[in-house]
Amino acid sequence: MFTHVPNYPQIEKIETGIIGFDLISSGGLPKGRTTLVSGTAGSAKTLFAVQFLAESIQRSGDAGIFVTFEEEPADIRRNVKSLGWDIEAWEAAGLWLFVDASPDPIQDQVEAGRYDLGALLARIEYAVAKIGATRLSMDSLGAIFAQFRDAAIVRAELFRIAYVLRQLKVTSIMTSERTQEYGEIGRFGVEEFVADNVLILRNVLEDEKRRRTMEILKYRGTSHQKGEFPFTIVSGRGILAIPLSAMELNQKSSIVRISSGNDDLDKMCGGGFFRDSIILASGATGTGKTLITTEFLKGGAKHGERCLLFAFEESREQLFRNAEGWGIDFEAMEAAGLLKVVCAYPESASLEDHLIEMKDIIEHYKPNRIAVDSLSAMERVATPKGFREFVISLTSFIKHQEVAGLFTSTTPTLMGGTSVTETHISTLTDSIILLRYVETNGSMRRGLTVLKMRGSIHDKDILEFNIDGTGMHLGEPFHHITGILAGNPRDASFG
Amino acid sequence: MKSDSRYLLKLFVAGNTSRSELAAANLRRICEDEFPGCYELVIIDVLRHPDIAEEKKILAAPTLIKELPLPVRRIVGDFSDKEKVLAGMGLLS
Repeated sequence: MFTHVPNYPQIEKIETGIIGFDLISSGGLPKGRTTLVSGTAGSAKTLFAVQFLAESIQRSGDAGIFVTFEEEPADIRRNVKSLGWDIEAWEAAGLWLFVDASPDPIQDQVEAGRYDLGALLARIEYAVAKIGATRLSMDSLGAIFAQFRDAAIVRAELFRIAYVLRQLKVTSIMTSERTQEYGEIGRFGVEEFVADNVLILRNVLEDEKRRRTMEILKYRGTSHQKGEFPFTIVSGRGILAIPLSAMELNQKSSIVRISSGNDDLDKMCGGGFFRDSIILASGATGTGKTLITTEFLKGGAKHGERCLLFAFEESREQLFRNAEGWGIDFEAMEAAGLLKVVCAYPESASLEDHLIEMKDIIEHYKPNRIAVDSLSAMERVATPKGFREFVISLTSFIKHQEVAGLFTSTTPTLMGGTSVTETHISTLTDSIILLRYVETNGSMRRGLTVLKMRGSIHDKDILEFNIDGTGMHLGEPFHHITGILAGNPRDASFG
Repeated sequence: MKSDSRYLLKLFVAGNTSRSELAAANLRRICEDEFPGCYELVIIDVLRHPDIAEEKKILAAPTLIKELPLPVRRIVGDFSDKEKVLAGMGLLS
């Protein structure tokens, strides 16, 4: 069946509705084609196959066929119930039909002579016609190979099934197992010939952390994003991919200024932060990052803006008490509907799950300002690569909302230096505020400087600041002292 | 329907092909040799009755289901190998 496949016209795609995947695949699965989904045990192949049908049923009422070679339909129905998918109801509505090709545990099968899988093909054609299906999932190829002795026959028949599905204009998925995360696509050496398109799902153990990724290995004649993209599985929603490099930085840039919540700091920044900017406040522990965050929220609420705080270091009680100590009433702000505080331990979930939840909260609450205190706390629960992806993804997402975002980052040493967070985020941020301890003449003082203020002039001095019951007060520059930012302050007058 | 049928055999084939005919002929010959006059052979074309194929969970064609006597046995192929067919039916000691 080697028909000539021209490079044109462009292969049409259908959206899967699997969040993130449609972006990575530049529009979904090639229409009327078969895509192979290959992965090791536990890589969520079956889930992907089920979700492919479930999303189309829920979004557009397009019917789908599920051909199962492995699990019994009853098991599949039960397993996906927790994800909020009621297959039984869809079956009753004629939107879902099983072709049950799972092995019979009692009846053995003997082979005596030549055969083909014509009966399976007839059942698939019948099922497609019966409910007018446009989508089909087959799970999994390994299980059908296990049911027959002659792999060559199965191989040829899978090819025939893929061909017939194409004639029927049914977009399909075949899942296949691999024994290792990197290496040959599938176990049977046939998979890549059966399908024009190959998607790999991975579940890799990296620094004692499980990390799920998906990668489109081959998309014949059509474009897609290259490389591995992290994904997670969320109860009630299924697979959610996180398309990092697929995101575009095409947000508008605002020239409207908003208050940082601190008049002195506004003045330093040339009149406040920009309304849709990302600000990073970095400093050692105790230098005043949480204070800057608190004032930032107060500044928003004062102007009737909705403020959202993600706190990864302190409890709600601590945060409210801190704020009170600086003359800021979080409770009143909350009661007025202008503040939402979300506290979470970084260790409570994977980074991907945190990201999904944060996005959900942001989309739901629709804040004007978002603060994250601290972003660097998340470093603890991720690999460097995972953390980088998290920061990039969160930053891009916030920028797309066109709201102001303030992130704090804790530097590992008391006297300065940079953190991993800063390294990953600095190019994405519009403004960077550094908070530093300055040791002089046997006393610890605190200094603040605005290192970067994209699109605006700003004060380049390092100002000393004090904290009292009404918040932060900026004072005079540290004249005669050099080396503050390097964490090595010296009295310049002594040379 | 023969009342004295001890053997109830259902043969599932996919279309009127040479393989289907070969399978049916091979099977009839085996039956006549082994249990003449006391078997019933039903041939079902899955292209015309895909719903029955679904119900019986048939994948391969040809597939033979020996429904009686119990236990139920399945044999796939064109039955060119008589020994294997008999072994599959559980008739070889």
